[in-house]
Amino acid sequence: MIAARSITKRFGEYVALDDVSLEVPDGSLTALLGPSGSGKSTLLRIIAGLELPDSGMIEISGTDATNVPPQRREIGFVFQHYAAFKHMTVRDNVAFGMTIRKQPKDRVRDRVEELLGIVGLAGYADRYPNQLSGGQRQRMALARALAVEPRVLLLDEPFGALDAKVRTDLREWLRRLHDEVHVTTILVTHDQEEAMAIADHIAVMDHGRIEQVGSPLELYDQPANRFVMGFLGPVSQLGDKLVRPHDIAVLSEPDAGTFEAQVTRITYLGFEVRIDLALDGQDPVTAQLTRDEASQLELTAGDIVWLRPTAGTPVDSIPGDAPVTTVPAAAADDAAE
Amino acid sequence: MTVDRRWRIGLRVLGLGYLAALLLIPVSVIFYRTFEHGVTSVLDSITTPQAVSAFWLTIEVSVIAVVLNTVFGVVCALALARGRFRGKWLLDALIDLPFAVSPIVIGLSLVLVYGTNGWFGSALTNAGIQVIFSFPGIVLATIFVSLPFVVREVTPVLREIGDDQEQAAATLGASGWQTFWRITLPAIRWGIAYGVVLSTARAIGEFGAVSVVSGHISGETITLTLLVEQRFQNYDLSGAYAASALLAVIALATLLAMTTFNRRKEESEA
Repeated sequence: MIAARSITKRFGEYVALDDVSLEVPDGSLTALLGPSGSGKSTLLRIIAGLELPDSGMIEISGTDATNVPPQRREIGFVFQHYAAFKHMTVRDNVAFGMTIRKQPKDRVRDRVEELLGIVGLAGYADRYPNQLSGGQRQRMALARALAVEPRVLLLDEPFGALDAKVRTDLREWLRRLHDEVHVTTILVTHDQEEAMAIADHIAVMDHGRIEQVGSPLELYDQPANRFVMGFLGPVSQLGDKLVRPHDIAVLSEPDAGTFEAQVTRITYLGFEVRIDLALDGQDPVTAQLTRDEASQLELTAGDIVWLRPTAGTPVDSIPGDAPVTTVPAAAADDAAE
Repeated sequence: MTVDRRWRIGLRVLGLGYLAALLLIPVSVIFYRTFEHGVTSVLDSITTPQAVSAFWLTIEVSVIAVVLNTVFGVVCALALARGRFRGKWLLDALIDLPFAVSPIVIGLSLVLVYGTNGWFGSALTNAGIQVIFSFPGIVLATIFVSLPFVVREVTPVLREIGDDQEQAAATLGASGWQTFWRITLPAIRWGIAYGVVLSTARAIGEFGAVSVVSGHISGETITLTLLVEQRFQNYDLSGAYAASALLAVIALATLLAMTTFNRRKEESEA
């Protein structure tokens, strides 16, 4: 188990981490999820030993690692911008940690071949990093981190610099890799979809604190507060309920308990259709329909429709005053860190 | 942006003309004057004992100064780019001092500190060490004037590459020393090479500061630049031209090396 106990870290006046505690079970894939400036990267770097906490303690497998330098923490760290050793071939990059540990040459060679096979770079051993694509560089960085058989793999926004398609491919690949290799992994991300897609546990962070820890489903269905609710996916307020866009039924006739609204914009996203709606005396609402549902309603911008929440959380039952957002968190935070 | 054709040609003529008037023509004249009376006289003139001694003195002084400045320069650049300490701005400013202060003032200040009547003068004399009007003084003056180049070439390269690679090496188990030799040094090698070439050019060509501390002892403390001046003052014009031509050849070789390194640097950064 990796544990952070009451970690506080300041940069000058700025409090990056405020008494943060977190336990990461062995073999799990845990995501630290939060907007930029939430302290998630700082926490990861403190676990790695790349930053020292002002107070608090880091435990790795039950032993105090707070003052252990990164060299001896037995960690693997993957950086957002790959941190590839530019003057070395892919082979030498991956072999670096083993060479430093003076492992026998033939063992290093075999292990490098094996790892390059695992990350899908088998034919690339003699290339230089600048001859690889971004996704390939990051897979090389992963192989390099795994080569030293770390007790924990730390990934700092590993897919943040990649374009959307490669990003989705790589995160699925990482999930499969984790199922094979089982190394305890902590992933920092600002993309709630990425966290939900691959993590067993998610710790949602904001302003240097952990707001909630749980499985993706727990966080989505039972958010501890409005910040977590809003960060895990878009939320609108309809009457006295907080609802997700897919929990809104759009009707063409008024009915008991419905709200009148005007369609302001229709966005077709393949299977999903997003409908922005304006309500009298309330904040705008976004509804999500399937393509079939939307085409049956024959909607156009300007139409008047009636909305009924099919599920939702009563406003009074969830603490927090963080603004509820109708913008998907990932989109709002794409430029983060 | 499209510039009128006539303007373009005009600007080119102006640029090349400026270079020609200030650099190309004077240097060509030196070479012309040098070889005016044949190669033999030139060879004779640059193989006199004084000339040979001046040549080797220049080389020795430059090698020592450049090696020391390279080590110091890399350490300083690391401190400036990576370090967090009080008074960093002061170090940053001090490094440019040799650029700002006239070489002749540098020479005089060395005399004031290390000369017989200087601060350390009596202590040094008692220890039997003569700095001023001797080899150590020339080395000191040369180190001083060529000090900023390596720092100023390497610091921006270090800032540019960032510390990601160094941190990655640390997490993979490399000690600070291993990280420096295996990661940092290869990443900044073209920056260092470029800085070394600039320092070398400056060290070989230095006149003012060296002139003050040299004492002009023929065959002992006369560098190539001082030899040029000495011959010129003694109306030995062809001798002065020959020594100048030798300096110019060294300078051209340095320039060639510089261009090569610069290209390699740009390639490795691409």
